[in-house]
Amino acid sequence: MALLSLQNATLRFGGIVALDDVSLAVEPGTIAGLIGPNGAGKTTAFNVITRLYRLESGDVTFDGRSILRTPPSRIVRLGIARTFQNVELFPTMTVLENVLVGAHTTSLFEREANVRRSALETLDLVGIGNVAHLPAAGLPFGTMKRVEMARALVSKPRLLLLDEPAGGLNHEEVEELALFLRRLRDELKLSVLLVEHHMNLVMRVSDHVHVLNFGRTIASGPPAEVQRDPKVIEAYLGGELEGAA
Amino acid sequence: MVELARKLPLPQRRFPASPVLLLLAAACIFLTVESLRSTIFAQLTVAGVATGVVYGSLALALVLIYRATEVINFAQGEMAMAMVYVAYQLTLWGLAYWEAFFLTLAIAFVFGVVTQRVFIRPVQGRSVIAVVIVTVGLFILIDGLVEWKWSANQRFMQAPFGNKIYHLGNVPIARQDLGTIVITLISVSALWAFFRFTKLGLGMRAGALRPAAARLVGVRTNALLAVGWGLAAVLGAVAGLMTEPAEYVLQPTLMQPVLLYAFAAAVLGGLESPGGALVGGIALGIFLNLLPSHSWGFVTSALELPVAFAALLVVLLIKPTGLFGHRTVRKV
Repeated sequence: MALLSLQNATLRFGGIVALDDVSLAVEPGTIAGLIGPNGAGKTTAFNVITRLYRLESGDVTFDGRSILRTPPSRIVRLGIARTFQNVELFPTMTVLENVLVGAHTTSLFEREANVRRSALETLDLVGIGNVAHLPAAGLPFGTMKRVEMARALVSKPRLLLLDEPAGGLNHEEVEELALFLRRLRDELKLSVLLVEHHMNLVMRVSDHVHVLNFGRTIASGPPAEVQRDPKVIEAYLGGELEGAA
Repeated sequence: MVELARKLPLPQRRFPASPVLLLLAAACIFLTVESLRSTIFAQLTVAGVATGVVYGSLALALVLIYRATEVINFAQGEMAMAMVYVAYQLTLWGLAYWEAFFLTLAIAFVFGVVTQRVFIRPVQGRSVIAVVIVTVGLFILIDGLVEWKWSANQRFMQAPFGNKIYHLGNVPIARQDLGTIVITLISVSALWAFFRFTKLGLGMRAGALRPAAARLVGVRTNALLAVGWGLAAVLGAVAGLMTEPAEYVLQPTLMQPVLLYAFAAAVLGGLESPGGALVGGIALGIFLNLLPSHSWGFVTSALELPVAFAALLVVLLIKPTGLFGHRTVRKV
């Protein structure tokens, strides 16, 4: 059974159909890529899953249960954590404090010393333990992305929603990210839903790729299959996908 | 735990020499030197600090709500005034001053929470102007209720600190000024520690900075907003209870001038900055206290308010975000 699934999800903003009868699923222990041109509805889908937006029709289930009545602040306790496209860190807090905010909500009755330790361990996990006591604002963009990743991971989620984790990263950093995502899946048994414009990355790490265009599903399947789909190639005007092969 | 990612190099930390901090340091040195030279100057400065911390604590209440709700709570002063009447009523019922003081702080917290739940929450998230209008409505409502219950006549409360005068060298310092400074600074420090060291405080900071992200890491932002209003009301109550002995009388207009000065102090410090609000309040208090006697007769005490706002205008022309404010640049 799928860990997360959207069933016939539809959402309009005024006259614009942001999601049009979209159904997609993330199987446990897999990385699912969600791609599409700008404005295709990828981030909207994330905001629907995390309950920031309300669906007009359709359903979202996590672990077999509908989450449409769950308030946003309880989503993380179900086991869904996310990062943001433009990095939504708490700027005036230190890196450690940022991660602690994420740690507290899932460890209400845990001793503070243990919570801090797990926060520091998570920072080590993503390779930025040495910046724990620096303010989050003013860090390099790639580091901020890792802080966000740590803030999401510290709640021990079962599903990680990553919104363009490779955005603004250089070639070497993208290579590291690919390695990191695979290890999250293989070593921590996490499921990942990945929104990304970096085609090469998506095609390499995903077990399954879902393609949206103007809020509609145009393709869904294994990466190799999706890459050859004429509708996908047309949506991307042919060019971009070639480099991914 | 194992490391899954390569370690990133430590970024270099930069310490910019802030002109604002240099300016404040210079002002402190000037005040100290002048105070050593003149007894009157020292006396006026200490009294100025005492009024200043009160402006500062009400300003801090404004900042607290501004950061969480993004509006100025125009009813902050009236809420504080109502709490002073509550304390007055409690002393009438036979409580000692300090019993009434602490009980009032507890009542103020509940009052703040309830106010947010009942009046602010229904309009929250619609538009800023809707919330602002509700706070203006609250101003009028509280004013009316207090006059209805206690009338607009002047009332008198017991002086919390007595009339004792201490002498530091040959500088006389009123026990009341000292008490005001100590009580206010204790409340502000307690609040700071709350935000710095507690889970709840950390969650509230997160909710004020990035509401959506905070909710998605599990912070119950709506519940914490109410707590924020409660804490602001407590801080306001402290400001009110410290204003009353300085004014000698209790009447419904008690906090109206204080609210104006607190507003000026908050803007001066930069509306987003709690430290700025306190520094702004103290600076304003000292400035206004020294002005009548050190402006070569140009400014009498009747002109304090316009001069305060003229000074504020000058500061804002030079630094539009206030002393400690930051320009917010955000990608959309």
